[in-house]
Amino acid sequence: MTVPAARRVAVVGAGPAGLSAAHAALAAGARVTLIDAAEEPGGQYHRTVPETYGPQRPVRLQHGWRAFERRRRRVLAHPRCTWLPRTSVWALEQPQPEHEGPPRLHLLCAGPADGAGRTRHTLDVDALVLAVGAHDRVLPFPGWQLPGVCTAGAAQALAKGERVAVGERVVVAGSGPFLLPVAASLLDVGSRVLEVLEANTAATTARGWGRRPWELAAQAGKAVELAGHAAVLARHRVPYRTGRAVVEARGDGRVEEVVTARLRADWSVLDGTRRTLAVDTVCVSHGFSPQLELPLAAGCALDERPAPRCGPAGDGGADDARKSGRSGSLGAFVRVDEQQRTSVPWVFAAGEITGIAGAPSARAEGAVAGWSAATGGSTPRDPGRRRALRALRRSRDQGRAFAERLARAHPIGAAWPGWLRPQTVVCRCEETDYGSLCAAFATEAGSASRVAKLNTRAGLGPCQGRICGPTVAELRRRFLGDAPERPAEGLPRADPHRRPIAQPVRLGELAAPSAPLTDPGRRPEEESSS
Amino acid sequence: MNGTRAVVLGAGIIGAACARELALAGAAVTVVDRGGPAAATTSHGEGNVLVSDKGPGPELALAQLSRELWPTVLTQVAERSAEGHRAAQAAEWDPKGGIVVATTSAGAHALARFADSQRSAGVRAEPLAPEALREAEPYVTREHTAAVHYGEDAQVQPAGAATALLTDALAAGAALRGGEEVCSGVVRGGRLTGVRTTHGLLEADLFVNAAGPWSGALAARLGAPVGVEPRRGDVLVTTPQPPTVFHKVYDADYVGSVGSGEEESQTSAVVESTRAGSLLIGSSRRRVGFDDRLRPEVLSAVAAKALRLFPSLARVPVMRAYGGFRPYVADHLPVIGADPRLPGLWHASGHEGAGIGLSVGTGRLLLHLVRGEPPPVDAAAFRVDRPAVLRPRQYQQQETT
Ligand SMILES: Cc1cc2nc3c(=O)[nH]c(=O)nc-3n(C[C@H](O)[C@H](O)[C@H](O)COP(=O)(O)OP(=O)(O)OC[C@H]3O[C@@H](n4cnc5c(N)ncnc54)[C@H](O)[C@@H]3O)c2cc1C
Ligand SMILES: Cc1cc2nc3c(=O)[nH]c(=O)nc-3n(C[C@H](O)[C@H](O)[C@H](O)COP(=O)(O)OP(=O)(O)OC[C@H]3O[C@@H](n4cnc5c(N)ncnc54)[C@H](O)[C@@H]3O)c2cc1C
Repeated sequence: MTVPAARRVAVVGAGPAGLSAAHAALAAGARVTLIDAAEEPGGQYHRTVPETYGPQRPVRLQHGWRAFERRRRRVLAHPRCTWLPRTSVWALEQPQPEHEGPPRLHLLCAGPADGAGRTRHTLDVDALVLAVGAHDRVLPFPGWQLPGVCTAGAAQALAKGERVAVGERVVVAGSGPFLLPVAASLLDVGSRVLEVLEANTAATTARGWGRRPWELAAQAGKAVELAGHAAVLARHRVPYRTGRAVVEARGDGRVEEVVTARLRADWSVLDGTRRTLAVDTVCVSHGFSPQLELPLAAGCALDERPAPRCGPAGDGGADDARKSGRSGSLGAFVRVDEQQRTSVPWVFAAGEITGIAGAPSARAEGAVAGWSAATGGSTPRDPGRRRALRALRRSRDQGRAFAERLARAHPIGAAWPGWLRPQTVVCRCEETDYGSLCAAFATEAGSASRVAKLNTRAGLGPCQGRICGPTVAELRRRFLGDAPERPAEGLPRADPHRRPIAQPVRLGELAAPSAPLTDPGRRPEEESSS
Repeated sequence: MNGTRAVVLGAGIIGAACARELALAGAAVTVVDRGGPAAATTSHGEGNVLVSDKGPGPELALAQLSRELWPTVLTQVAERSAEGHRAAQAAEWDPKGGIVVATTSAGAHALARFADSQRSAGVRAEPLAPEALREAEPYVTREHTAAVHYGEDAQVQPAGAATALLTDALAAGAALRGGEEVCSGVVRGGRLTGVRTTHGLLEADLFVNAAGPWSGALAARLGAPVGVEPRRGDVLVTTPQPPTVFHKVYDADYVGSVGSGEEESQTSAVVESTRAGSLLIGSSRRRVGFDDRLRPEVLSAVAAKALRLFPSLARVPVMRAYGGFRPYVADHLPVIGADPRLPGLWHASGHEGAGIGLSVGTGRLLLHLVRGEPPPVDAAAFRVDRPAVLRPRQYQQQETT
């Protein structure tokens, strides 16, 4: 791109990636508008206790807190930075084809006081950095719709953000290293964690983590952090079991017990290994789902990452994918290049939306994205800067290698639908069960994704398929094969992540006219009062 | 029609309805679609089955025929097969009735006149006094100037309705070929005898162009272009609500905007609740080609119109927006009949914003025309050989001068 350097940069999301993007863009001389739906920067990782809760020590388990605090203060206090808290980007509007530049941002800004009367604004910038993160992915199992079953992320948010324990007798189950910090923060607020269950077998995780161990060295911080969590669990005598999962939750009106079972490498249940356990809460997480609605709205191309497969004798290679019949997928992520550029000019992406690799990697990506957005990706003249950028890229690449390793060590086993029964709810909002979905896919005249969705209502409820969308897409793939559906001219491809309205907007807010934020340097309140 | 081979081009609701009638009449039917059945326009709109928005004339007659057919057709579908039973259920037929509300005095006059004319054509249109309106729709605006109740208006879930019709066609022996695009025609002795698709050659005695807003492009590929173009519409969906809207409620200027073809954006409000509790709020009419980019200001205009009808909905969250492309003909009438230029080619298209409602009547009408029987409604107005279809450019120029 030979376009002059972009000076006005909008960063959506103030998690580790976004904050670091804002920081880097400011350092490169840009004017930055940093936007987050939350009250405070920090995202999922540095979830802060709101200041109104009084001066409280930051959660003990918070890693890298001081560095985060420093960066936060620097960014927010910077004269070229506008910080828009409690502001949702509810839509991105692509420009006319002949118009070069990123999409226009449509914002809903909460007033200084809480809640009432959000106002609609538009913002036009020269470059846009999307750093909107991920939410946790949960696979369905019989009884998962019962009160008392919650996502591990929600439990952690309660513990970290409000210091509230979700339950007294808790099982944490699913897959991935994330289970450890969740269990640790539950212990921290006084829950009794009975077990932590990792669905992947010890062999799968060992193979995933063990190969090319030098890649891990760079993520030593992460390893130390996880070791810390593991030590906390050990101190509280919480067993950590691999190759076991919660395959059913039962209870009258809410969870009273769970059924756990040993799993094979492909997550099929081993006969005779079911156990019941009395609990009042189950926290589950089977990995993360990137929040792709804004990237899709901007028109960014996605990459579908093939899942490593692990059969009993497999090593996760392509061969296993073939053997297992259908190639699974880790899901889709935003495609970015070396500079964190997406396929859309002047739109950059960083953090969990490009791959799940943890906060350090999100920070590195954010810094590269912020620099690129502010400069168009030119190489800095100053040798010190050049070195710094090189170091960032290195750290970003190490993050990517880590992400891949993480995915290999904690894949989703292909046989999980074996846990389902025809009456098992798949879409919790609309109570669509597995049987109706199978029937819809089996109906020749109604098997198109969109049509099956409308006919079964799976994904049409208030969460808009954020929870069940990827699951339904995967079940359909199993039923009907991988052939991609052809979109009709002009109509969007069926995609579980497509939500043109990225955040709910009230009819009254939508009906009211929107005012442009002409100078990203001033807050909306100032605009309207001038 | 035993032995007649028919190929229906397009598996939207119109193709499904035509395939069903032809298959039930004994034809050997194949339905081809380049995408998945019902996945295009049919699942990107709303499901109003209306007589209320049509003035006396051929389209109203087709709407009345369709309105009469819908419940019987869905019962037949449900009885023929287990799949059909499920599909008919998913069609969510709901004869809830419609209420048209005017909010200006000019609107009130126009509405009263319009309803008078409809009554003379056999439409049930009952003026609602303010108390009666309040009873029927407690949350509707107090600022109305007139209201008319249309007891015949109904609603379906369009994708479900299309699935039901096509499932029935398949149960009657039709074959479906999805993911197969029609590329060109094979003409022998001046007659269309086959179409070439991405998968090979399909030969038949008759071909029905039911390609929705792509009908114009498809017909051109077959050598007989018709003036069917896309007209964009956007719909808002709210989170599930406790019962607040009980009929299909729309503002009286809806009627005005259906009948106009200007390129700039027009909006009018139709508010309805779905079985799951969400409110559907439509819609806009824009001539922007196949441009799917979200236009928040268009959505804003739709929301503003809806609030004029239901001011108390201001705090209701919109959780989704979607839109599609209505198959539009410059004179706002569908195209149903044989193509005089190319024997073997038939058209069933151009239903604009009423194709869901009109589908079953269209299928029935087409069957009669194919068999050469007297049609159940006058089909002359829908013939292919009319200026808006064959010479759309000149037609539009004439209209604007
Ligand atoms: C629920 C959850 C809990 C986690 N807990 C841990 C943990 O304990 N330990 C650990 O090592 N890793 C944890 N992770 C992973 C870690 O949070 C990520 O690696 C890291 O936060 C990714 O940073 P990010 O900047 O990409 O995204 P995030 O930190 O998720 O930040 C994204 C930000 O974007 C904002 N946003 C999104 N959409 C919009 C919009 N439309 N408008 C305005 N703002 C928007 C969000 O409010 C959020 O603040 C957790 C992840 C999740 C999802
Ligand atoms: C926002 C909106 C709201 C609406 N509201 C209503 C309403 O309330 N009530 C109502 O009655 N109607 C409504 N409509 C109109 C209605 O949706 C359409 O009239 C109807 O769906 C048209 O159906 P169809 O079968 O003609 O077209 P489609 O459903 O588009 O089907 C055409 C099919 O042809 C296929 N095709 C195209 N080209 C080729 C090719 N070359 N080869 C093979 N296959 C091809 C396509 O893939 C497609 O599946 C609305 C429309 C919109 C956009």
